[in-house]
Amino acid sequence: MIETKTYLGGKYDVVVVGAGHAGVEAALAASRMGLQTLILTISLDGIVALSCNPNIGGTGKGHLVREIDALGGEMALNIDKSFIQSRMLNLSKGPAVHSLRVQADKKMYHTEMKKMIEDEPNLTLRQGEAIDILFEDEAIKGVVTRTGAVYETKAVVIATGTYLGGRVYIGEVNYQSGPDGMFPSLLLSDSLKEKGFQLRRMKTGTPARVHRDSIDYSVMEIQPGDDEVIPFSFLNMGKKFDFEQVPCYLTYTTEATHEIIRQNLDRSPMFSGYIEGVGPRYCPSIEDKVVRFGDRDKHQVFIEPEGLSTKEMYVQGVSSSLPEEVQIDMYKKIIGLENVQFMRTAYAIEYDSINPTMLKRTLEHKSISNLFFAGQINGSSGYEEAAAQGLIAGINAAQNVKGRGPFVLDRSEAYIGVLIDDLVTKGTDEPYRMMTSRAEYRLTLRQDNADLRLTKKGHDLGLVTQERYEKTIEKEKLIDCELKRLKKVIINPNAENNRILEGIGSTPIKNATSLYDLIRRPEISYDDTAVFDPDRYTLLKEIRLQVETQIKYEGYIKKQMQQIEQFKKLENKKLSVEFDYSRVRGLSNEALQKLSAIKPDSVGQASRISGVSPADINVLLIYLEQRRRNGEMDE
Amino acid sequence: MSETIAAISTAVGEAGIGIVRMSGRESLDIAKRIFVRTNHNEIDEKDNKRLLYGHIMDGDTIVDEVLVAFMNEPYTYTRENMVEIYCHGGIIPVKKTLELLLRKGARLADPGEFTKRAFLNGRLDLSQAEAVIDIIKSKTEKSYDVSLNQLEGSLSREVEEIRRVLLGMIAHIEVSIDFPEDDIEEVTYDELIRDGKQVRERIEKLLATSGRGKILRDGLNTVILGKPNVGKSSLLNAVLRENRAIVTDVPGTTRDIIEEYVNIDGIPLRIMDTAGIRQTEDLVEKIGVDRAKETLEKADLIIAIFDISRSLSEEDHHIIDLIKEKKTIVLLNKTDLPREYDEALFREYFDANQIISTSMVKGVGIDELENAIRAMFYGGDIQLDSEMIITNIRHKNQLEKAMENIGSVLGDLSQQIPLDCLEVDLRSCWENLGEITGESITEDILDKIFSEFCIGK
Repeated sequence: MIETKTYLGGKYDVVVVGAGHAGVEAALAASRMGLQTLILTISLDGIVALSCNPNIGGTGKGHLVREIDALGGEMALNIDKSFIQSRMLNLSKGPAVHSLRVQADKKMYHTEMKKMIEDEPNLTLRQGEAIDILFEDEAIKGVVTRTGAVYETKAVVIATGTYLGGRVYIGEVNYQSGPDGMFPSLLLSDSLKEKGFQLRRMKTGTPARVHRDSIDYSVMEIQPGDDEVIPFSFLNMGKKFDFEQVPCYLTYTTEATHEIIRQNLDRSPMFSGYIEGVGPRYCPSIEDKVVRFGDRDKHQVFIEPEGLSTKEMYVQGVSSSLPEEVQIDMYKKIIGLENVQFMRTAYAIEYDSINPTMLKRTLEHKSISNLFFAGQINGSSGYEEAAAQGLIAGINAAQNVKGRGPFVLDRSEAYIGVLIDDLVTKGTDEPYRMMTSRAEYRLTLRQDNADLRLTKKGHDLGLVTQERYEKTIEKEKLIDCELKRLKKVIINPNAENNRILEGIGSTPIKNATSLYDLIRRPEISYDDTAVFDPDRYTLLKEIRLQVETQIKYEGYIKKQMQQIEQFKKLENKKLSVEFDYSRVRGLSNEALQKLSAIKPDSVGQASRISGVSPADINVLLIYLEQRRRNGEMDE
Repeated sequence: MSETIAAISTAVGEAGIGIVRMSGRESLDIAKRIFVRTNHNEIDEKDNKRLLYGHIMDGDTIVDEVLVAFMNEPYTYTRENMVEIYCHGGIIPVKKTLELLLRKGARLADPGEFTKRAFLNGRLDLSQAEAVIDIIKSKTEKSYDVSLNQLEGSLSREVEEIRRVLLGMIAHIEVSIDFPEDDIEEVTYDELIRDGKQVRERIEKLLATSGRGKILRDGLNTVILGKPNVGKSSLLNAVLRENRAIVTDVPGTTRDIIEEYVNIDGIPLRIMDTAGIRQTEDLVEKIGVDRAKETLEKADLIIAIFDISRSLSEEDHHIIDLIKEKKTIVLLNKTDLPREYDEALFREYFDANQIISTSMVKGVGIDELENAIRAMFYGGDIQLDSEMIITNIRHKNQLEKAMENIGSVLGDLSQQIPLDCLEVDLRSCWENLGEITGESITEDILDKIFSEFCIGK
């Protein structure tokens, strides 16, 4: 135990440990739901630090940001204030996978969020290192800081990111550290272990930051932003963003780069075995790429600005844990970086995480009530994944304290649901990243309809402002009216109309056809049909797109809705955490073991646990029915 | 809304009638799609629980002459709408009827699912819950065993191959979607169409052969056993010739066991000719022999041949040891040559009606052999495994669904439907085939992406 004199620092409903992307969303949600909330961070300068890449969004991740926004979270609004370039990816690949991705000004992102926290009525921001979580009889009592403050609280959200037990690796050099030169959180790691939490090591890495003026852009390909900027937040739809976007640049490694890496592999802690943590497959170091894909003669490198007020540039694609001098040599063999000047060295960082299968889908610990976990400590990776979990943890901490029921999104409702269900049901062996391919109901979980899916729920929670709520209701109404109207606008198969149709690359019609049916044709857009529609009033672009998507993909979406209906049946059969599986005769041993360990909250979740077979699920259903009827007889 | 399920609810092959049963909201409608009453009257409320006479029709073709009972919920076994179709006995009528129902919208019932529904809908009382669990468990285990059993060999290999092509397509689509900025060749529609057509052709081929019983192994496992040169090949040829059987070897089998399919009076036999069984020190030969023994373990019927013109060797005695406890027909061959021993030798281990004297070269005894097989089958001594037949129907049904899905993928591709939409049917197709091999794990897709594409910034 640590012998420190303590004093009572204050009493709160919720204390959040960590002010990264997860912690901040958790704290804002809890305080906006009316609870006295304290957020602790090792450094006030580290609030929502974008410690790795200077981007928000991307495939899957962009969907998460939209969902966070629809529920009343802050990430989208904050990036809308601080982005310096914006692109909609995947425009050619179908509406469900359009993904917004922007470059952030890191400093601005931090500053804007810090201001928001400081202005939040029920929220207290405090620099301090949490070193212990107090609980008695599996109930939360408080949080202790390094400087002796004890904050009494009803609920705690732990969102320690890469700070917890952090260790940085650069070649043969390694030392205890948080991200980017921050203090690590070591004592909390020790006290969690003392309390019996099993912590395991995860690993991630980041490339070097280099001086803008040391780069030869003339040999690189410029990557500008989109002409038309679409904001992240639904509240900002239709708003004009008139500023000059900052470009990124694309260049490549060379054989010479790879040669240097191969010659120095034995000096990489990843390959010499010093690092025990597991790194993510989708975000490999350059060493990894060169070893695993040896036949490639070049790899992509993106040069991205870190912000408007700095000359630091991020070198996307070249994260590394090689020794500093090797890194410099190797970077100099990248096209255009011959004279590169390093400002921050690339490093790998190892940190502690828990096994997320010990959590409920509210992100509350299964046996210690009111103890929540969010972000990288749960084995995820990425700012957006962290923020999404933080929001759900914060909401549920607030729900608990208020004595209300849990708030859970399922796999058919949101990417957030997929993310959390995957983590707590299957666990993860590597830092988990959201990808659209993980969502089985992808066609219905689009980034363009996140508000239609979730804002009402956020409003019920008391998290969504009246303005946002009304905006969504209005949007819903407009879409609905327009869909109905388009069914009634009929055009005749006369020569004039058919000539127009051929003019826009379509085929003539033989019978009177509604505009609704015309838009179903792959080659005809909603806007194309305006010529046939003199009464049409101009709708916002997001509404026009929504209308078009709902018409064009109606068949596919209907198919998916049927699957969702099936899925919901088992989701709605609830299981309690206290459920004693050993009393269910007929379960296979493996199923018994897994179910007892993971304690799923529905039969649906149970069916997704590996090792639980359909026969086990049938046996479980029979047992539940048996118990239900017994219960009836008791009454 | 719960799905409508169908299954064969009598043991296949032995009884005079076979019953196909269906349960679920739509079962009445589905049955009406394939059943035509002889008097052509509409089927309505007053026909509830009456036996109606007519025909099961596949389009214009009569499948079977049947009696059908339509039963309205809730007073049925499962408390759902139910239909029972009484077909003629034997495998073909029930199998075809069930296949038709599946094509018209029913889903093949899971093991024990009727009873499960009966219980969950409150039909069975609480004391029967344990029994319900037992039924589900035992049926599941059995069908799982059967499934695995059938899966060695060409079907599983081909299905795995097709799935690999599909996985490649899916992974390429997913990687294009999830990693748009990585240095990866974007998947093109032309490539997808090419691969999709390949998949369609291969599934088509599987389906075409399934009718001939080539890959769907619904036959009695029949092993021909005997030391070299006793006349095994002659027997096989004689049986095959007489029955104009479909002669197929299974492509790609590495086992030195030849498989043939014959049909004797509607009794399907899957004949395996073994390499011979002999105690041996030679490693290569031993592997062959071990396989032969393994095959014996799974056999429904063994036809053992002995050469009566030569005295019994140690090897012959070894064979007798292996088969004396099993369903066996003993052939004493080469009766055209002078006899070296008397059949009384075999009476010690086998009944008289199990022993047949033959001369393959003269064509003597083949009819007797077939009669013996018929007698054993219709006498119930040997039985077709119902589970096996169900598994075959399940496989075929999955192949048909896969075919439908790849068809709509190709349709979408030709219309340039976006990747995220067409991927839905593509994934379903992959899952349909996975149901056959028992593998459907999403993690495969991610593994494929990470192992084949260099991604990550």
